[in-house]
This record gives sequence, structure tokens and C-alpha cells, in this order.
Amino acid sequence: MGITRRNVLLGAGAGLLSSALPQHNAYAADSIKVGSILDNSGNLDIYGKPMVQATKLAVDEINEAGGLLGRELELIQYDTQSDIALYTKFAQQLARRDKADVVQGGITSASREAVRQTFKRANTLYFYNTLYEGGVCDRNVVCTGSTPAQANEPLVEAAMERWGKKVYILAADYNYGQITAKWLNYYVSQRGGSIAQTSFFPLDVADFGSTIARIQQESPDWVVSALVGGAHMSFYRQWAASGMNEKIPLASTTFGAGNEQGALSAGEADGILVAHNYSQELDTPANKAFLERWEAANGDTSVIHELSVGQYQGVHLWAEVVRTAGSLDRDAMLEALGSGVSIEGPTGKVSLDPQTQHAALDIQLMEVRDQKLNIISTASQRPPSDTARYCNLQEDPDSNIQYEVDI
Amino acid sequence: MDYAAIVFLEILYMISFLVLSSVGLAIVFGMMRVINLAHGEFVMLGGYTTLACHSAGINIFFAMLVIAPITVGIVGLLVERLVVRWLYGRMIDTMLATWGLSLLFVGLVTLIFGSSAVGIPTPISGYQLGSYQMGGYNLFIIGITIVLITLMWIVLRYTRVGLVARGAMQNPEVASSLGYNPKTIYMLTFTAGAAVSGLAGGVLAPLTGLLPSSGGAFIAKAFITVITGGASIITGVLSSGILFGAINQVVSFAANPVMGEIAMLVLAIVLLRLMPQGITGRFFRNST
Repeated sequence: MGITRRNVLLGAGAGLLSSALPQHNAYAADSIKVGSILDNSGNLDIYGKPMVQATKLAVDEINEAGGLLGRELELIQYDTQSDIALYTKFAQQLARRDKADVVQGGITSASREAVRQTFKRANTLYFYNTLYEGGVCDRNVVCTGSTPAQANEPLVEAAMERWGKKVYILAADYNYGQITAKWLNYYVSQRGGSIAQTSFFPLDVADFGSTIARIQQESPDWVVSALVGGAHMSFYRQWAASGMNEKIPLASTTFGAGNEQGALSAGEADGILVAHNYSQELDTPANKAFLERWEAANGDTSVIHELSVGQYQGVHLWAEVVRTAGSLDRDAMLEALGSGVSIEGPTGKVSLDPQTQHAALDIQLMEVRDQKLNIISTASQRPPSDTARYCNLQEDPDSNIQYEVDI
Repeated sequence: MDYAAIVFLEILYMISFLVLSSVGLAIVFGMMRVINLAHGEFVMLGGYTTLACHSAGINIFFAMLVIAPITVGIVGLLVERLVVRWLYGRMIDTMLATWGLSLLFVGLVTLIFGSSAVGIPTPISGYQLGSYQMGGYNLFIIGITIVLITLMWIVLRYTRVGLVARGAMQNPEVASSLGYNPKTIYMLTFTAGAAVSGLAGGVLAPLTGLLPSSGGAFIAKAFITVITGGASIITGVLSSGILFGAINQVVSFAANPVMGEIAMLVLAIVLLRLMPQGITGRFFRNST
């Protein structure tokens, strides 16, 4: 059929007609529903906002490449406003009303545990993409963020080599901090080190004067912080203000994952040792391409942090699962999960471990300098061996708990 | 020995923190019996003013000691003229209106500065005390508090303005009949309270960091300090600040900061049960 005026008119007419027919709506209803629940406002939005942008970027990329199984993805985004009650509410909506094919999101471990059972009951596959304390053993959940064995063990190893054996632990007082502190204790003792003291702080504590004096009284070789959120940032500020940043070195399991280095002034955070899955300084073609695409879609790349890249990779990993399964049926997707799927993301290779449904990741050991995370060394493809100690979803597919370390 | 000195300085710092962050509220409450629920946001605005000036390259001490109180004082003046003055004598309505204002300020600051935590570098470096390294900025806060309280005491005790203010506080009708318009006095008092809150916010910002919602962190402590202190502005805030600051830090050092906060709140409950009118409702009754 050549391009004649008649054919063009015919085509245009047919197009108009078909778009006016209910058929079009049938196509929209046929789209694949990707649910996302993140804190796009409130106290946690320093983490949540870039994660929302990352989710949208990943979904748009998949759609530009032709969607999945020939169908378009539709993103259903809910803002939980840093309020745990809203997590439960929107999880219900996503599972029951929207009937999402997958849900990606959740930031704090508290929020994950608030929604996990809802999705389990509704058989809605759930991806949690944040670094966390490890141990979730649930066939309905995929955890793509790093766990203590992946990120904290190399951190402890490097810090003990550099600075010595006596360690003071500061941690946030909820499940993340409590469990992470146990793992830190384990990794330090395993290497012949000792814990001077462990102090826990509720999320709203902002005065660390007595703690800083206590640390000096114990005079550890180094201090490790698993502190979380805006109020706890005061610790780094007060630590630097007392001049202690020049005297006792600091490592952290959380610092930098939410771009904390940008919230302190240059110099205050210099020298803090961290280990994470992602740094903007990663000099790989995949990361450069990712940064370019981000800039084209969202503009400012300085907001990108590990959590947003984790979310981005979580969506792509799920897409790979669907391609492998060739179906959106939950059982088919679970089977594909069990076959070991992997993608190449901005952080490097992300490969799913069928036994735990956690991901093996490349971990970057980094030092904060001039508000940047500068890479010192890379440990490639570290497995989630902490969770694997307790959890085997292949043998026990009905497991539905979060294991806590008993060492 | 060094450790004892450190503990002592931390106690002084905590007392200064409590006194500084609540004295603005105490001025407004003590003189006008108005409960200003936007007090925390005045403190927060002082912090953000300092931050904005610092980013613009203005000397940080000038920003926190001069610009922050003036800016927040003007905000206080506007709030008094536009909202609070219509509600004098209606305590519940005032609380509701100022609470609404606090939400408005949080929203506005979020729009302008975003809701991420930001910090200002402390302009004073640490110092060595025996084998301990301490924040020099804490000493600055202690010093500022002493100067501020002394100035307020001199003004209230020895100047004409202070005399009129104390008179209006004790009996507005008599002050009015002597030719002093209580409305003008209230307006100036509210403005002064806001300005002092702004100063506190500017001075404390480098240590606490800033979030649009950080007013909430100040207001709870400020309220228990002011209410437990009672109606006398200076004696009230000083007596409750000293009690709370000391117990908070002693328990913090003995156990941990969480127990410190709990001890402070328990003490507040006990004191208010024994002295519903506050410490200065029982003792030091004719003090300022």
C-alpha cells in the first residue's frame, strides 16, 4: 500500500475511530501494574524523593524498550509521607484495589515489616530495595539492598586493619540499629577485636555531648555509627565541633547511603569510612550512562544516592524476572526467582540468590572527602551470607520470618 | 578530675540550651499569658535566617546575633498585628491560631529550603581539657546565655521600659490608667519574645542542624521549662532550667541520654504536681 492521499486519510480515520472505541480502555486495563510506596514528603524524603524519581525512570526505560511481554507498564505511586500508618493503608490499596502485579518500595525496616504480611496474604510480589540489617526469609519478598555480611563485614575488616581492635558502636534504637550492632559485634570479635561499649539512640535524640565525653573516656581505636535520620546527623556535627574527628577515626554503616555527606559542611565528614553498593564516583560505562539518562529525565544528578539506585535496579531486576518467567503469574515469577536471575546495573552486576532471594552485589569501600564518596577498593559479588546462615527458601518455601542474629 | 570538669561543662551547656531555647516563650507567656505554639518555629526561622545569611557570605556571628533576631522579631511583629492581637484573653483560640501558624511556617520553609537536613559549620574549634577534647562552641552558647539573661535582668530591673513592662504584667488596668497603652506593650513584648527566639535559633543551629520540622524538637523542652518555672520570666526559666539541665546530664552520664530525657520529664511531672503554679508560684514570688 503506497502513500496516497486516500490511504493516509483512511489510516487517520481508522486511527480516530479506534481511539474513540472502548477498545482503547481495554488496552489501558491490560497494562502491567507496578506499585510503589515511598516517602515522597516528610522527614524521610531526603531518601524517598530520589527513589520516586528512580522508580519512574526505570519504568519509563522499560516502556521505551517496548514494555514487558508486549504490554505497557503502568506505575502506581503512593506517597506515604514518612508515616508508618500510611504504609499499611496504601499496601492494602495496592494489593486489594489496584491489584498490582508487583510492589517496589519501603525505606526503613519498620516500614517493610508494616507491609510485608499484607502483600504475603494477598500474594502480591514485593521488592524491598534498601540496605538493611538482613534476615528476611519470605518467598514473597525480594531484598536487593546490601546486608551486614555484604557491606559491614568488609567495612569492619578495613577499619580494623587501619586503626585497631577496640571499637565503640553507636546505633539507632530500632530493629535496624539493634541487629546491625549485633553483627558489628560479631565481625569485630571474630577478628580478635573488642567492643568498648554499644550505645543506642532513639531517632529523635539530637544531643550527643555526654556520648562524646563517654567515647573519650573509653578511648577506642575507632568508632562505628549505625545512626539513622536527620536528628542523628547532629552527632557528626558535634563530633567535628569538638575536634574529635581529628583524633578518633569514624566508620559508618549508614552514612552516605542517603547522601548525608551533602548535609554536612565540607571538612566535617572528611575521613569517615563507609562501604556501600553505590557511589556517584563509580567510573564505569554503566554508571555514566545511568547518570546521563537521569540528567535527561530529572535534571539534578547530585540527589542520586545508593537507595535510589537500589530502587532503580530493583525494578529492572523484576523486569528480568518477568522476561525469564514469560508470564505475570505469581508462581511463574517465583519459579524464575528460583532460577537465579541477574542484571547489569549502575552499581555493577546484581544477581539474585535463589536460596535467600537476596542479591549478590559489588561493594565499594569508600572514604568521604570534600562531600564525595571516594572509592578505595571494590569487593565484587559479595553474597548475602548472613541471611543464608538461617534461610533456605528452596527447602522451606513457606518461611515467613525475619531471622535475628544469635551470635 | 578532667572528667568531672567535662561533666560540669556539659551540665552548664544543657542548662544554657534549655534557658536559651525557652526564654522567648517565657517572655510571651510570663508577660501576656499567651501560649505561643509557634515558638518552636520562631526558633527554627532564626536558624534558617542564619543559614541563608551564611550561604550569602555574611559573617556568621553577625548573622546569628543581629540578623536572625531582627528578622524573626519582624515576623513576630507581623504575627502579633495580624493574628494574636485579635485573640487576647482567649487562651484556647490563641493556641489553635499559633499552632496553625506553626504549620504554615513549616510549609513555607519547606517550599523555600526543601525538607532535607542542612547544617552550618560551627565557627569555633574544639579545645583540649586534660585528656579530653571538647566542643568550643558549647562555651560560646554558655557565654551568650549568661550575657542575654544578664541584659534582660538589667532591662527589667533598672530601666524605665522594664518598670513599665513589669507594671503592665502585674496589673494592665493600672498601667493603662497611668497612660501606658497595654496594646502597645503587648505588641512590643511579643516582638521581643520572637526576637529572642530567633537569636536562640541562630545560635543553636550549628550544633543541632536544621530541618523545617526541627521546631518540634525545641518546643517540648521549652514548654516544660517555662510551665515548671512559673510566671516570673528570669527566675522561673533559670530555676527550672538549672534543675532540668542538671538532672538530664547527670543521668545521661550515669546511664544514657534516653534515661536523661526520661528523668527530666518525670521530674517535671512531680514538680507540677507539687507546685501547679510553677516554681516561682511557690518560691521567689516577687522576682522578675
